[in-house]
Amino acid sequence: MTEQLDPNAARKRIQRSRNRVVALLLAAFVVLVYAISIVRMD
Amino acid sequence: MTTLSAPAAHPLPADWRDFFALTKPRVMSLVIFTGLCGMLAAPVAIQPVLGFTAILCIAMGAGGAAALNQWWEADLDAGMKRTAARPLPAGRMDRTSARDFGFLLSGASVFLMAFAVGWLAAAILAVSIVYYAVVYTIWLKPRTPQNIVIGGGAGAFPPMIGWVAATGDITLIPVVLFAIIFFWTPPHFWALALFVQSDYAKVGIPMLPVVAGEAATRRQILLYSLLLLPLTLVPWWIGGAGTVYGICAGLLSSLFVALAIRVGLRRRTGEDDAMKPEKQLFAYSVLYLFVLFAALVADRWLVVQGITS
Repeated sequence: MTEQLDPNAARKRIQRSRNRVVALLLAAFVVLVYAISIVRMD
Repeated sequence: MTTLSAPAAHPLPADWRDFFALTKPRVMSLVIFTGLCGMLAAPVAIQPVLGFTAILCIAMGAGGAAALNQWWEADLDAGMKRTAARPLPAGRMDRTSARDFGFLLSGASVFLMAFAVGWLAAAILAVSIVYYAVVYTIWLKPRTPQNIVIGGGAGAFPPMIGWVAATGDITLIPVVLFAIIFFWTPPHFWALALFVQSDYAKVGIPMLPVVAGEAATRRQILLYSLLLLPLTLVPWWIGGAGTVYGICAGLLSSLFVALAIRVGLRRRTGEDDAMKPEKQLFAYSVLYLFVLFAALVADRWLVVQGITS
């Protein structure tokens, strides 16, 4: 069976998942830089 | 089955999984492992957060260089069965995104390494990225059948970076670790090239089997494998590693040479040849590097624990 998906819906879904991953990576980066700063100060 | 009816003029944006695939995760796993082993084999223990960051930077640098490699070779990849499903040749990503992603990842890895660990480790990381993305991918690979030999240096940097991240300087041991991967790369890649040579020939990459023929490639595999055996014993000879490592390196490298002899002295029987010895050497070469470096770390751990000297 072939189900046709709306390209706009697919575009939004991919964009949303990309945004989530980028947000997670940025948050992890901030935490990492903070941790490095603490360690370097010690 | 689900199909997307997106018009060709407005292709869908690349999925985050495609960006991840661009970093060549399987190659990266070996890079992370050897980098970690270089760090753990060092005589100085690194602070865990900085150690984690150094390994992350090595992974990011390797991923960035891999993305730049795929950006540059998108057309070649499209012509080879082994690489045609990658995000760029498969049309799931545009070239600009791949290039920008590669530059961003590479640049971020070097700056983060400098910030967290130090400039020497960051400088070696930068050199390794440029070595892979420019010297190997752009310059050597399309021009000379010795591309793998010189380009192998790019993959040899991670244990050196790991060591330097922990100790802050370069001594003989990290240079030997570099040399081990440098001499391991040609037999590893040429074993692969022997059974996928038609792919390389199709896209005009001058891999040794395509340019110099199978017999010459088999001889070179044997030569590099014979050089690898004494080289892996150097850390033990110079006292940088203990007996456990020495025994493991001797056994592992002897088996490597035995498999290489089988490939080196073999005459191919015909087009329908399954190339079993070549495939076995290739598969073993990956396992070999993992176990050899694991032995180096285990040996160090045993010495630290006072179990061996």
